[in-house]
Amino acid sequence: MDIRLDGVGHSYGDAEVMRDITLDIASGQIVCIVGPSGCGKSTLLRFIGGLERPDHGRILQIGTPPEGCLNPLTYVFQDFALLPWRSVFGNISLVLEDHGIRGKTAKAIIDDVLARTKLTDFASALPRQLSGGMKQRVAIARALAVKPAVMLMDEPLSALDSQTRELLMDDLVDLWTRQPFTAVYVTHNLAEAVRLGHKVVVLSRRPGQIREIVDIDKPLGDREFGDADLEAHQKHLWQLMRDEARAADAELLHV
Amino acid sequence: MSDISSKSPSDGRAVSFRGGGFAPKSRRWVGFAVFAFLILIAEWGTRSGWISALTLPKPSDVLVTFHELYQSGLLFKHLGLSLGRLVIGAAIGASIGISVGVLIGLFSYIRSGLVPVIAAIFPIPKIALLPLFVIWFGIGEGSKYALIAFGTFTPTVVATYGAVDNVDRTLIRMGQSFGLSWWSIVRKIVLPGAMPGILSGLRISFAIAIILLVAAEMLGAEYGIGAYILEAGSLYDLERLFAGVVILSLLGVLVSGCIGVIERRVLGWRS
Repeated sequence: MDIRLDGVGHSYGDAEVMRDITLDIASGQIVCIVGPSGCGKSTLLRFIGGLERPDHGRILQIGTPPEGCLNPLTYVFQDFALLPWRSVFGNISLVLEDHGIRGKTAKAIIDDVLARTKLTDFASALPRQLSGGMKQRVAIARALAVKPAVMLMDEPLSALDSQTRELLMDDLVDLWTRQPFTAVYVTHNLAEAVRLGHKVVVLSRRPGQIREIVDIDKPLGDREFGDADLEAHQKHLWQLMRDEARAADAELLHV
Repeated sequence: MSDISSKSPSDGRAVSFRGGGFAPKSRRWVGFAVFAFLILIAEWGTRSGWISALTLPKPSDVLVTFHELYQSGLLFKHLGLSLGRLVIGAAIGASIGISVGVLIGLFSYIRSGLVPVIAAIFPIPKIALLPLFVIWFGIGEGSKYALIAFGTFTPTVVATYGAVDNVDRTLIRMGQSFGLSWWSIVRKIVLPGAMPGILSGLRISFAIAIILLVAAEMLGAEYGIGAYILEAGSLYDLERLFAGVVILSLLGVLVSGCIGVIERRVLGWRS
């Protein structure tokens, strides 16, 4: 299933946050969206998942979601959004219960996603017992459990320290290599974007518009921390963003 | 920068400690000690005479009265009736309060319509409405249940909708993003998320229920702790008055302890 954004624009009151965004998200690809703060990256993601409605333009699903897909557009949130009163197992079973999946079938699905995110030993732990990285892995496992057609990741690694972030990036690459998934990945961290993105979409400052779309052809599995060609991409992206970021920063001071 | 290794330790001064504090912990025995101390002071004062018998009864006399009450079998008659009124009244008030509070927390129109009403009835001393309740629900048990229920209702509503407001919205968005039904979101996210606030509201509501129990037994009650206290009060029988008051206090401690147990079981995920 592909996603097409067709002329999406939006304003909050007088403030126009984005204008005329047209973008195709092909299945099996990770599309990273980067941009200065306040450019509407997260808002765009909420539009794609149907949590908010844009003033202008349309979001289209093209094709049908794959067989067995319970929730085609599935989020991974920056602050994990785990229910603190449910165990790791319970948090994942939460999203299956409403689809009538209980008992043995649910357990089989949960065991599978926990194994894929290396969480098998922590099924009965409560969120407060887990580190930030583990919590985000639980959230990723929960997203995988509903077999999404497109994963919508809203700065999933931003709340984590930089070592955990590296480890989790490796985990995401592993997950993708074993079973390619489609994802829209919003981040302000360019290193994450060049590491995980097949396509990096650079947004301008408010009102957010597409400045450039950078394709990175190197296979995900071959990308390493500190690769020279990735560094070059990152440098290019930073040059694109630098002035925007500075202007956006100064703009906030006037508000 | 100077060379630190050339200096002897005697040149140094220990950094003075200025952290700590502001983190009270529970020390169980201190509470008992304070009670014991206050009772001993009262006993000593009444025995030696600097507290007159009209000011305060002798704690030992109160104990004797209490013992007599226990031996006559009346204690359980009073206590049983009062507990029944308390439990039924508080249960009605708390359950309606929680339901209305959740509705106020979830629906704009119900919120706009009911919040001013709640604000208007919250400050009414419910005792003042007792004659009205007697007319509405009869002089029997009905008016007593109604008074206690009404008294527990308002604080429960306010605590509940505050607690619902405080449920983390990102969790609700998460539920929506996974396609959970409205009812699932309320049952599995909103209610458990509001539970800490609801339970701390119930602590207050049940204390108010005990206060209103005495008021409810002012009219048309032969037995009950409240009736017992009021009778003792009008006869100026301080020993019996205090025996009744002690029972009410113990009741308060018991109710608070029960909620503590529930909190530990239901909110074990917090600490």
